[in-house]
Amino acid sequence: MKKFTVLTGIAAPLRMMNIDTDIIIPKQFLKTIKRTGLGIHAFNDIRYNEDGSEKPDFILNKPAYRTAEILITGENFGCGSSREHAPWAILDFGIRCVIATSFADIFYNNSFKNGILPIVLPPEAVEQLMTESENNPALPLTIDLEKQTVTRGNQCSFSFDIDPFRKHCLLNGLDDIGLTEQNKTHIKNFEDHDRQKRSWLYRTGE
Amino acid sequence: MINTPRTLFQKIWDDHVVHRGEDGTCLIYIDRHLVHEVTSPQAFEGLRLAGRQVRRRDATLAVADHNVPTSDRSRGIDDEESRLQVQTLSDNCRAFGITLFDMNDKRQGIVHIIGPEQGFTQPGMTIVCGDSHTSTHGAFGALAFGIGTSEVEHVLATQTLIQKPAKSMRISVNGTLPPGVTAKDMILHIIGVIGTAGGTGYVIEYAGDAVRALSMEGRMTMCNMSIEAGARAGMVAPDDTTFAYIKGRPMAPQGSEFDQAVAYWRTLVSDDGATYDKDVVLAANDITPTVTWGTTPEDVLPITGYVPSSSDFLDINKRASVERMLDYMGLTPGTKLTDIPIDKVFIGSCTNGRIEDLRAVAHIAKGKKVATGVYAMVVPGSGLVKAQAEAEGIAQILKDAGFDWREPGCSMCLAMNADKLKPGERCAATSNRNFEGRQGRGGRTHLMSPAMAAAAAITGKLTDVRDVL
Repeated sequence: MKKFTVLTGIAAPLRMMNIDTDIIIPKQFLKTIKRTGLGIHAFNDIRYNEDGSEKPDFILNKPAYRTAEILITGENFGCGSSREHAPWAILDFGIRCVIATSFADIFYNNSFKNGILPIVLPPEAVEQLMTESENNPALPLTIDLEKQTVTRGNQCSFSFDIDPFRKHCLLNGLDDIGLTEQNKTHIKNFEDHDRQKRSWLYRTGE
Repeated sequence: MINTPRTLFQKIWDDHVVHRGEDGTCLIYIDRHLVHEVTSPQAFEGLRLAGRQVRRRDATLAVADHNVPTSDRSRGIDDEESRLQVQTLSDNCRAFGITLFDMNDKRQGIVHIIGPEQGFTQPGMTIVCGDSHTSTHGAFGALAFGIGTSEVEHVLATQTLIQKPAKSMRISVNGTLPPGVTAKDMILHIIGVIGTAGGTGYVIEYAGDAVRALSMEGRMTMCNMSIEAGARAGMVAPDDTTFAYIKGRPMAPQGSEFDQAVAYWRTLVSDDGATYDKDVVLAANDITPTVTWGTTPEDVLPITGYVPSSSDFLDINKRASVERMLDYMGLTPGTKLTDIPIDKVFIGSCTNGRIEDLRAVAHIAKGKKVATGVYAMVVPGSGLVKAQAEAEGIAQILKDAGFDWREPGCSMCLAMNADKLKPGERCAATSNRNFEGRQGRGGRTHLMSPAMAAAAAITGKLTDVRDVL
């Protein structure tokens, strides 16, 4: 997984609430057996017309935001399905950070596994960042994970909360499975103990 | 020393902690892992690249459900990408030694239907699947939740997950449900009350007489849609209804081991005095047959209601969202819901594709005909549900009424296979999501109970099922 330390980039304001995973990546693109290449399909139905041409009003189609690396959006971003294709798609598009007033749990969790930083800020802060990104698209936003801050030029700075373990993994680009495998003995001990207590759980298909 | 009273969730959590870090992050053990073709290929690929094996093959069960055709399967799958994904699942299961119910297996079906059906799902378990509707299995008093593909790989390799405990919420529905009101209406009503993000960060325990009175099928419908309220999981404490459902199923404990299991399962109730982070109390009497009008599952109304206008809402963001939804749904504020005509009916899904759901549809449809111009499809949740419905005469009743009787799978709930709505088509659906484009680009979905969908099929418009009972 790619490390996340400091990111300075263009922020695109996507003024919608409840952006679900079907909007982020519609089902027809879930048939892939790869993780990559989904960027061109990100937000497909609100980004493209039926004939494949771009919808000029969609924020990421506007010249000022085409290279956005940060998305600013409304509440409950990523609700719906558990498809990791959603973070894969936005990452492949080039987005490494999403700022919203709230996220759906599974999307939030999936983001960290892919080196994307989801940031929760209060509604006033999100509104201010959104308005400023609308008014002055060229002025980049800087996300500093170590300091836990979002800053925009000299104009404003917000601090955000993040779980220390997730922060540590993201800063260092750590792979969860590798970490868990260090606990192999604990897992074995758990199974040996549990097998005594709930023997029926160790029968299926054996 | 007196033990602190614990909730059902806390008991299951405590029984599965492998290791607790200083900051409260836990490694928890996963008892059962369900796998399907859409969210697993990249996980198996990851195992292969790292040279890892599946830790508990005996605790892992795979099935192809999202991509499978619901028409004649003798020719295989037409769509090349779908065929490759289903084939990849078969190849991976063979290579890693995992039991698979393939497309032509009688037991094949939607992953959340077959787990309970086989007795793979049991109380007190931690159950995961790369699918958000894994919350279904919480109906058995299990802690069951959806995970992404990275975590699918993590579970395959280690049989554990890195987690922090969720907050707890209890939703009690007291009293008796009025006639014509079902588990589906109850959960739609609940989502309307707490909102699509109302459950974010929580595990919900459903309680109260109205929940206790439900069959396992009804409890599964409720827990299934917990995710539509944003909850990590939903659960119902196990009781005699649960144990009777499990007894004798192929993968359930047998003989004396079953009795041992029941003794443990009986301890899985929230203790008196256990506290919840949030407590919601509702009256069953207040719940009516319920439908959605918008494109999030919180946009619900009693069937007796009228299409709302954005000015009915206070929040400025919600107003903008309502404008967008009305436009997408092609609805005019003030329209009586029962005046809204439909084009298609979809009966099935992990929410409402079980035998009890099909019985409810047959009860309404018996001796009647699907309205002219309406196409109504019934997709049983599994091959075994299909066989049972055929044996009970349900299939014949539905065919006689003009319903299309299909093969089992996820079908038009998410429209990954050939079953989908065309732009502008309006559908009465028993599934779980009414998102934009969910059932096909430009398709318009109204969620409701199986009985309500059957009534809509007969009249050709959204209908109060109490008028046709």
